Amino acid sequence: MKRALAIMVGAALILLLATLTLVVMPYLQMSAEQVPPDLKPYTEQQQRGRQVYIANGCVYCHSQQPRDPSFAPGDKARGWGRPSVPGDYAYDEPHLLGTMRTGPDLFNIGARQPSIDWQLMHLYNPRAIIKGSIMPSYPFLFRHVDEPVEGDKVVNIPPPYGPESGTIVATEDALALAEYMLALDHTYPAPTLPKRPPKSDEPKENRAP
Amino acid sequence: MTPTIAILLIITFVLSTVGLLLLIWSIANNQFSHGQAAARTIFSPGEEGHSEDPARPADEPFTGNTIEQAEAIEARWTADQSSRTAVLTWLSSSVFWLLLGSFFGLASSIKMHLPEFLTASEFLTFGRIRPVHLNAVTYGWASMAGIGVALFLIPRLFKTSLVGGKYAVIGGFIWNIGLVLGLSAITLGLSDGEEWLEFPWQIDLLFVVGGAMCAAPLLLTAANRNVEHLYVTSWYLMAALVWFPILFLIANLPFAFPGASGATVNWWFAHNVLGLWVTPIGIGIAYYMIPKILGKPIISYQLSLIGFWSLALFYSQVGIHHLIGGPIPTWLVTLSIVHSVMMSIPVITVAINHHGTMMGNFGRLKDSPTLRFVWIGALMYTVASLQGSMEALRSINVITHFTHYTVAHAHLGMYAFLSFILFGAVYFIMPRLTNWEWPWRKLISLHFWLVSIGILIYVVSLTVAGWKQGVALLDAAMPFMDIVKMTLPALQARTLGGALMTLGHLVFAFHFIAMLMRQGAATEQPTLFRPAVKENAQ
Ligand code: HEM
Ligand code: HEM
Repeated sequence: MKRALAIMVGAALILLLATLTLVVMPYLQMSAEQVPPDLKPYTEQQQRGRQVYIANGCVYCHSQQPRDPSFAPGDKARGWGRPSVPGDYAYDEPHLLGTMRTGPDLFNIGARQPSIDWQLMHLYNPRAIIKGSIMPSYPFLFRHVDEPVEGDKVVNIPPPYGPESGTIVATEDALALAEYMLALDHTYPAPTLPKRPPKSDEPKENRAP
Repeated sequence: MTPTIAILLIITFVLSTVGLLLLIWSIANNQFSHGQAAARTIFSPGEEGHSEDPARPADEPFTGNTIEQAEAIEARWTADQSSRTAVLTWLSSSVFWLLLGSFFGLASSIKMHLPEFLTASEFLTFGRIRPVHLNAVTYGWASMAGIGVALFLIPRLFKTSLVGGKYAVIGGFIWNIGLVLGLSAITLGLSDGEEWLEFPWQIDLLFVVGGAMCAAPLLLTAANRNVEHLYVTSWYLMAALVWFPILFLIANLPFAFPGASGATVNWWFAHNVLGLWVTPIGIGIAYYMIPKILGKPIISYQLSLIGFWSLALFYSQVGIHHLIGGPIPTWLVTLSIVHSVMMSIPVITVAINHHGTMMGNFGRLKDSPTLRFVWIGALMYTVASLQGSMEALRSINVITHFTHYTVAHAHLGMYAFLSFILFGAVYFIMPRLTNWEWPWRKLISLHFWLVSIGILIYVVSLTVAGWKQGVALLDAAMPFMDIVKMTLPALQARTLGGALMTLGHLVFAFHFIAMLMRQGAATEQPTLFRPAVKENAQ
């Protein structure tokens, strides 16, 4: 029994060591990191949209973490934005960094596609806007009505993607999600970035088109 | 990097290295004083040189030449029977979750090239069925089958009956309830939102309790053991059962880790599920099955100990290679990359032992289904791990990180390595528990070929397409949609491979159920106690 215990205690100690290096130390360092002054907390509606993003698993195809151009040139060149820093995620709980780019990075989608109509149309059926897209459509985030009433957000779907008759209106969830997309705009300068080794010579870009 | 962190970091690295050197020194000086003798503990007296393979056609099992030997075999039979209910509970559940997980995997795969497939209902949207797939196969199939096999091996390794098996049975029920609730929560859109940690944390508590209820019989049985040496398989199993509850608890601490530091905890956990939970189970099983079927001890017991401790030291620190290029401190990423490369030490030591023991016996792969599954699994462990060490290098990861290449690697590890070993183990265990033979051996072959061809198509197509995807993504001159179109053929090929794998699982599940119901024309006597040999045994 002594040897069995020794193995188990040894195993637990090693894991504790790893927890210290991979959990505790990063936490201490990153939570002390400065929050960029231009970063705005999410509004209630954007937060709700974020929850819709989580519930429907957008994270399995989209990342939110442009890499440094000196490391991975494609990210910035595609207009996905400057490299992200820990402070950018100060209000993100849970994080949604993502590990797949089956679809493009969304860290600055709000700057790249600032129109809420574009966002809603795209959610209803991505192929209505982008030919050949493999993103699923989200018809369940919309209502199909005969006549929109006062206060309904009407989404105009180009034929042949819309219904044959009647109108498509956005649900609260769809609106919240679209608002969250617009909130994903991290084009402000990051105060912590220049402290990195000055290997990127180009001037810091402030606004993506 | 702040100086204190740098110092702490250097200290931990030095600690790991010193630990490893100490271990090598003590093994070299025989401080553990068991050497090759320990490698033989898995055999009954006189059994060495005889194969034990309950799934092989018309094989005369070794039942002992002397009374003493026959008694040892009979004692082992009693030990096997003692774990029966517990093992069957976990294994049957795992087969169910494998089927469910396969259908969700297949549906996810179809959706990736037919985006209008099943979009009407929110419950079947890609972003929900994909995490259902991952959680069903990881916590349902791989974990439950792994625990089931561990429960079978524990009494065998300790040469005694399983003590407290009923806790494991209750634990199995709790675990299943956790899965049902957790998967329903994801379907309903109540995911916690982090990969590998989607189950709401309240439900996760059930897994901690269920897992702990399996650790109880392990401890009780270990306290009761009748062997002097702890065979290396028991090292791996004991460590895994200690690690999992700790990991699961820390990673699920609600609201403790916001923002980017949440990502480090997320991936520290996710890789530990792979490295400190399913991997030790898989390697441990192979360490038992290969020598047992060959009737020949592993070639170097010393090496196996180095392999074990270096796995513990290095694997526990590799998690952040999932965030290379991400918004986290550089030192942290570098630490994980260094450890990922150091992982080649345990991988190579395990490979020497597994494949070295096979040397000269490859002919046995033809007729032994267990050996075929287990050894191919062990081989794929070597391949997936060496691939992983490369994939963790910055220069490679910058290409592969966000692509289908990672998914191919994931299935090479979780499927071609782990699931194959589990399949092999189930083929070994079931005849011993039910005292019944596999009714249709052709079905075992059919299962083997379906899943082998399936996973081959899966991994090759996504590896190639993922690499091309990664190279193209770095070059903004190639429009994003062109890259998507380029990967489509591979995504379709994955559906084909996945369909073959799912068919294979249906065959496997059918055979498993037939075995539970004792179908087919099997002998009346337990395979081990056929009348002809029984006379000797008395
Ligand atoms: C020395 C051993 C190994 C190393 C160094 C290693 C390294 C890696 C790396 C670098 C990634 C890619 C992360 C990314 O770019 O996003 C990865 C992903 C993965 N590996 Fe391994 N690997 C090893 C062995 C294994 C084994 C044995 C398994 C299976 C049991 C496995 C399962 C996975 C899975 C499932 C993923 C995908 C995780 C996800 O994105 O959800 N790996 N591994
Ligand atoms: C039956 C055939 C299977 C099919 C068709 C299949 C299909 C898939 C698909 C489509 C994904 C999502 C990939 C993405 O998001 O891009 C996935 C992910 C995954 N599957 Fe499977 N799968 C199968 C079997 C299995 C089995 C048996 C296991 C484990 C034992 C497994 C483990 C995983 C893991 C760990 C991931 C996450 C990969 C990552 O995040 O990189 N799969 N699978």
